[in-house]
Amino acid sequence: MDITFQNVVFLIVAIFITVFSVLTVTTNKIMRSATYLLFVLFGTAAIYFLLGYTFLGAVQIMVYAGGIIILYVFSILLTNSDENINTGIKRGKILPGLISALAGAGIIFFIIFTHNFMPSASANILQEVDMKTIGFTLVGGGKHQYILPFEVLGVLLLACIIGGVLIARKR
Amino acid sequence: MEIQVEHYLIISTIMLCAGIYGFLVRKNTLAMLISVELILNAADINFAVFNKFLFPNQLEGHFFTLFAIGIVAAETAVAIAIIINIYRNIQTLNVDKMDKLKH
Repeated sequence: MDITFQNVVFLIVAIFITVFSVLTVTTNKIMRSATYLLFVLFGTAAIYFLLGYTFLGAVQIMVYAGGIIILYVFSILLTNSDENINTGIKRGKILPGLISALAGAGIIFFIIFTHNFMPSASANILQEVDMKTIGFTLVGGGKHQYILPFEVLGVLLLACIIGGVLIARKR
Repeated sequence: MEIQVEHYLIISTIMLCAGIYGFLVRKNTLAMLISVELILNAADINFAVFNKFLFPNQLEGHFFTLFAIGIVAAETAVAIAIIINIYRNIQTLNVDKMDKLKH
């Protein structure tokens, strides 16, 4: 069994994501929860980089770390959460949540390990998807090209901007 | 040891179940939204991994993840606008106190 650089990086990222995603849902302070979520999102971006989807990883960091986490931090600071967000959660509430999460994990692990995935022979992890292909696929109108979802997403974001302003403005 | 599909799926499963646990247990609406974010990220990882390992010559999973990230950004912005509006009206984020429509 040889240990390559890829394996070491993967192991580090895996432990990083596991630890911080559990901390995100168990910590007492909401600001810490948002910070741990940021670390989990960085770990996800690292996985995209490992898979060779460099553009996807860059988008993940830009949109999540640059946009969504800032939104969360601002809304946490604008509102007044409890000092300890775990107070008021009864033990009788934690146990069913824990059981259902673990049961779900058990079922998913069972399916993952019993299902026989057939990785394509030409799968090469280190091969990067080049930017030109992504650009042509994103705004091309042919088969396996995505101009329509791209435009629809633009309209959705516009509607979302207007909706957000309408909902959050002072009356 | 070669890194296989399963190894990536294990990470995303752990993320998904942490998100489910947080969504079921937390009382604070912002903390629940953070848990939803974890669930969505786990799904995104799966799309990218299946694309890379099972269909490496296509880009379906890659673009699905790309559009999903955009939609998540929109969803989060609207949800946070709603939460701030709720806070302005009832001065709390606790889901147990949000029962005006119920009674």
